[in-house]
Amino acid sequence: MSANVAALFYLAAGVLFILALRGLSSPATSRRGNVFGMVGMTIAILTTLGLAAPTATSWILILLGLGIGGFIGAKTAREIPMTMMPELIAAFHSLVGLAAVFVAASALYAPSAFGILADPANPALGIKGGSLFEMALGVAIGAITFTGSVIAFAKLSGRMSGKPILLPMRHAINAALGLLLIFVIYSFIQSAGSAWLFWLIVFLSLLIGVLIIIPIGGADMPVVISMLNSYSGWAAAGIGFTLGNIALIITGALVGSSGAILSYIMCKGMNRQFLSVIAGGFGGETAGAAAGGGEQKPVKLGSAEDAAYVLGNAGKVIIVPGYGMAVAQAQHALREMADALKKKGVEVKYAIHPVAGRMPGHMNVLLAEANVPYDEVFELEDINSEFSQADAVYVIGANDVVNPAAEEDKNSPIYGMPVLQVWKAGTVFFNKRSLASGYAGIDNPVFYRDNTVMVLGDAKKMTEEIVKALAH
Amino acid sequence: MARAVLLTLTAVMFMPTAAFAAEGGGHVSPSVYEFMVFVIAVFVGYYVVWSVTPALHTPLMSVTNAISSVIVVGALLAVGVSLTTSDSAVAKIFGFLALTMASVNIFGGFLVTNRMLSMYKKKDAPAKKDG
Repeated sequence: MSANVAALFYLAAGVLFILALRGLSSPATSRRGNVFGMVGMTIAILTTLGLAAPTATSWILILLGLGIGGFIGAKTAREIPMTMMPELIAAFHSLVGLAAVFVAASALYAPSAFGILADPANPALGIKGGSLFEMALGVAIGAITFTGSVIAFAKLSGRMSGKPILLPMRHAINAALGLLLIFVIYSFIQSAGSAWLFWLIVFLSLLIGVLIIIPIGGADMPVVISMLNSYSGWAAAGIGFTLGNIALIITGALVGSSGAILSYIMCKGMNRQFLSVIAGGFGGETAGAAAGGGEQKPVKLGSAEDAAYVLGNAGKVIIVPGYGMAVAQAQHALREMADALKKKGVEVKYAIHPVAGRMPGHMNVLLAEANVPYDEVFELEDINSEFSQADAVYVIGANDVVNPAAEEDKNSPIYGMPVLQVWKAGTVFFNKRSLASGYAGIDNPVFYRDNTVMVLGDAKKMTEEIVKALAH
Repeated sequence: MARAVLLTLTAVMFMPTAAFAAEGGGHVSPSVYEFMVFVIAVFVGYYVVWSVTPALHTPLMSVTNAISSVIVVGALLAVGVSLTTSDSAVAKIFGFLALTMASVNIFGGFLVTNRMLSMYKKKDAPAKKDG
């Protein structure tokens, strides 16, 4: 296959990847989009095999690698519970990052196979300066993505506390490491591809990846995971430039901007500056029971029967799910509750805050898993005006995203964050495990309002009890 | 449009890449063409991703994961290098590791995306069960 024909095939693969993302503009076209993506990938792989014309032993290795990786990937994709999706995405990001590092390493050790020698007739001259620069960028971003994602994975899966780890002088340390990294990259290019400088770049980047993610708290994970998504794209683009591969360059650009946009949407959902999220230190795993000290404000406590009675007699109910629903795996019980309400003639809608959960779109996937139709699920801007017409609201496992302090209290750390105005509804049933504050560690005035009834207990158990009470 | 400007700036970060490769002379080097493709793709990505419905942001992340595994093309080249020196053996090993990881992502990414997307259904439509 000539290089020109191959380039056109790679371009076709890139276009198919664009169509794969385009399909996601609506659930109706999304599965077709996914098929486009798979076809694009197949084209890219077959083109490369046609171009490289591997020997018999290489074929064995290729089939072995595809087989092992494919088996692990397919098995994971089939078995992973939907609640573990954030961890899975973080794990996938780490693999893209590591693969970028390894591909760059291969290119360093066998430059002639990648066509990046400064002078193919004289390999002693080393690798082209431009290729070295692209390679260094790709490998640095790849390594940062790898360790960053591993830390994000550990935090999301609870293997590591979600509490921010704040090293003294961490900004100075990071800045120094960053400058050192730039210097080493410069030396690497000057050296025409020294192996030990390459591995020094890898080492420094791995370290930076750890250091930039550990100070970021659990509540900011949606930003982190989007940011790492973006990094994995830029890493792929860097490698794409090294290899001169159009499919890889287009994909890197797509993924890079996708992650950047998601980070922007998540930051806007929290009214936070991207830089302040990256600086870290906001939001621990459990910020301690705020109800412990301070003034004792009265709250109204209710039972499942109370909730069932009011919800069952309402005309319109809005359900607000949050991360607590995911933790308790309460989505199926919740859908049963909605079904029971609908049977009684109640109109049921779901309201999703952009940063509910641990990753963009987390709640939507869980509700879809529980067979909640997507046209009953609404985004913040579309439903916020409807709370005043709702007779009752059921808040399940959400807290900060329904906190009126964000609108009313200028001193609140979350002031200015868009929130779901649940307090405007007739009655608010607030399901929580305890009266502790949310991830941001901020007290929620909704608890003490006259129209709020706290139904304390495990989200799944409480919802199941409401379902039982509704059946009576 | 501030966001578009920001993205352009991000893209310009990669500008030195192209500058490095432009070695004078009368013709435009391939690296510059590649850079042009990159900048245009950033903009295409920008508009395409903004049109993605927020409900599908999780599948968006998993599918971008899957497609960024197109880095497998580099891994395939590396696995295919002919064994002449000890360095090429090292390259082959790294290539094989990269290939295996990228394959996990390709299969895992597309399949898990498909599994998620098959769960999204409209009101009163029967759920499509994935196999």
